[in-house]
Amino acid sequence: MTGTALAPQPARAAAKSRAPRGRGRLADPAVGVWLAAGAVTALGWIVVAARGGDFLTLANVVGILQNCVALGLVAVGQTAVILTGSLDLSVAYLISLGTLVAATTMEDGSVVTGVLAVLALSAAVGLANGLIVTGLKVNAFIATLGTAFILRGWIEDNYTGPAGKVPASFQHLGYDRMGPVPVSLFLLLAVTAVLWLITRRTRFGHHLYATGGDEHAARLSGVRTRRTVIAAHVLCSLCVGAAALFLASRLGAGAPWAGTEARYDLESIAAVVLGGTVLAGGRGGVVGTLGGVLVLAVLDSVFNQLGVDPFFKNVVRGVVIIAAVALYARRGARRSA
Amino acid sequence: MHAKQATHTMLAMHGVSKSFLGVRVLHGVSLDLAAGEVHALVGENGAGKSTLMKVLAGEHAPDEGVITLDGKRHRFSHPAQAQAAGIGIIHQEFALLEHRTVAENVFLGREPTRYGLVDRRAMEDRTARLLTDLGEHGIGPRTYVRDLSVARQQTVEIVKALASDVRVLVMDEPTAPLADHEAGLLHALVRRLAARGLGILYISHRLREVLDLSQRVTVLKDGRQVTTVRTQDTDTDRIVRAMVGRELSAYYPPRARPDEVGEPRLVVRGGGNARLTGIDLTLRAGEVTGVAGLQGAGRTSLARALFGAAPFTTGTMTVDGAALRPTSPRQAIRAGVALVTEDRKAEGLALRQSVRDNALLVTRAVPDRERPAAAEELTALLAKVRLQARGEHQETRYLSGGNQQKVVIAKWLAARPRVLLFDEPTRGVDVGAKAAIHTLVRDLAREGLAVLIVSSELPELIGMSDRILVMAEGRIAGELPAGATEEAVMRLATTASGTPGTTTPDRADPDAPAPTTPDPQEGAA
Repeated sequence: MTGTALAPQPARAAAKSRAPRGRGRLADPAVGVWLAAGAVTALGWIVVAARGGDFLTLANVVGILQNCVALGLVAVGQTAVILTGSLDLSVAYLISLGTLVAATTMEDGSVVTGVLAVLALSAAVGLANGLIVTGLKVNAFIATLGTAFILRGWIEDNYTGPAGKVPASFQHLGYDRMGPVPVSLFLLLAVTAVLWLITRRTRFGHHLYATGGDEHAARLSGVRTRRTVIAAHVLCSLCVGAAALFLASRLGAGAPWAGTEARYDLESIAAVVLGGTVLAGGRGGVVGTLGGVLVLAVLDSVFNQLGVDPFFKNVVRGVVIIAAVALYARRGARRSA
Repeated sequence: MHAKQATHTMLAMHGVSKSFLGVRVLHGVSLDLAAGEVHALVGENGAGKSTLMKVLAGEHAPDEGVITLDGKRHRFSHPAQAQAAGIGIIHQEFALLEHRTVAENVFLGREPTRYGLVDRRAMEDRTARLLTDLGEHGIGPRTYVRDLSVARQQTVEIVKALASDVRVLVMDEPTAPLADHEAGLLHALVRRLAARGLGILYISHRLREVLDLSQRVTVLKDGRQVTTVRTQDTDTDRIVRAMVGRELSAYYPPRARPDEVGEPRLVVRGGGNARLTGIDLTLRAGEVTGVAGLQGAGRTSLARALFGAAPFTTGTMTVDGAALRPTSPRQAIRAGVALVTEDRKAEGLALRQSVRDNALLVTRAVPDRERPAAAEELTALLAKVRLQARGEHQETRYLSGGNQQKVVIAKWLAARPRVLLFDEPTRGVDVGAKAAIHTLVRDLAREGLAVLIVSSELPELIGMSDRILVMAEGRIAGELPAGATEEAVMRLATTASGTPGTTTPDRADPDAPAPTTPDPQEGAA
């Protein structure tokens, strides 16, 4: 589209180059995963209808979207880290600690101090992760697993169970609706929009992709790859902080199991990968991740409606994730051939 | 060191020396470059061209010597500094992000912004303009790099350098990955860049294009500058002589007597794959066959094809009379073919494992009832290769390069091969161990093995081989008898492009640049 402003020759060249892109639209995982979300919804509707139920009620759809929020916030942040070729396994414990810090701070102080405390904690954990990965050159898997253990130790030493209390004013975030739409959904969409803008439209975002794509090439081109990775970790942890605030608002208190019970660490990575972001970095984006989150949420809802036993449910989720990534890998191989 | 040029000197390197771990790889090399000049840098593999280039690019700091750009002294300690000073490098391996667009690659690290956000339109417009300036109409700024041919990716690299206002462009073997007609297009591009006032330092093995493109040629040999001459005052023969002129000094074991050469062990007819064309080859028991050629000529590909690691896709191959074209190393090993690879640390050894575990690796992985249990004769085997280690349980990473190589050879001998392929058998091996390995190789041939040696060291190759195959551009360009001169080998290796006599019809390209000088050695094969 910008080609119109160019001299005729490059415009023609750009048109030529667009042709394979058009054909590749469907092959783009970010598009594919949204189509898959649509397909899963349709399938769920048919299956539930066949059992005499109604899948697409307003209450059910709103429920699905509401269920997307916490995982969505974490997965969107996780996307930024994975794009640089890193990874964050400390998110689950950071959520737990975040809810506890939020609830205990808000019990004595104001909502604002609570929010700031959680975000400061998150930024600090992200910074630590980034520095360990880039400075000490510890593999991200191990580095963030280490911080996860440290956070867990801190939680188990200081909290025996649910702690603190969130004021009613803060619970609006978790329970209020604008019309039928939960307010928290706007939080997720806003955070996603900001991350989309950062990754796609800022220099930092470009360097994020470059660092994950080929760190050596990026460095030779003058990109400060270490800073990029550190910033990505901070960004991710801030998103996790947002998720913690949302969960604190839902639960009304802080809970040591808030992040770990739902396994946000592995679940978020699954959503990112399902959304077409390559685990090695350099390819993908937050839009696909959101699609991945939606697919998982719809699947959950279908299984709940059908009353399927948890074993079968997990088997299907596992199969879906493996099949999706195998599909992406095949497409990638065909392209490079 | 040179008479004043008509045009002013833009870049000068004076007395550049560099050592790695006490080994001097550059000895006081001086070189200058004028605006608008194409200055070619030639030399054998390991002559120091790449090191000189890396010093210029800021990847290595020189031990001695001065680099002056536009009269200003520089001492680069990081590639970014050299880039900022206006020196751009096109490496053999591109530094491009495959999954990003052309424009994103061209402006990587220097993205233009507007209101704090990347100005995509400005980036794409400027990329399009740079591409048009170069006369490249086939590349759009929004195309993904992965969708471009190698030649076009190279153009993107060049545009990337131009986008940062380089004055000096260093090109390291730019035509090596290109087909003939693409090389012709690149030559035209290089001329246009020079006409725009860039100074171009052009490293190449292809002497014909060097004579065609450059105004001056500098020849390096063993890290020393042999000569710098105006291209119009020289020719292929003189350059080749300058590249190789040195004496054979090392000792090599006596070659095979005619009665020692026996039956054919491995025969290939019409073998080919993506990198090789029309390979006809016979390896005989008792004979050491050498394979010469420049980097990228297909020597390693040949060894890997014979070993099934990068298999032939066409042609026939027989091992000891039985038809077999291996599609995996395992098949080759079962048939009795072994390959001592070029990269010992990555492909030859499990560095953190013991001598014993390494030596038994192949026999454990590919068991064979007809073979005696290797574990029992391990001690004898290690004595045979004259391994010097603290014991069989020492980890191989603590051994010297020469002893590591002996472990690799022992590993293959344990598998009782009938054909032994060596890719750079003495790379990174000290002089004493070299002689031991040479003697060992000859002894193995005497025992009836067929041996193939790929080596970039011509003295070694000539000293060891009973006959020499010279490769160029994926084919066997010719065969030379034992004791051929280095000049004869180099001439075949550098001027073989489109050699008549080899009847291989593919790649016949109407756009192929016509030979500019009649080749005196045509038909040497």
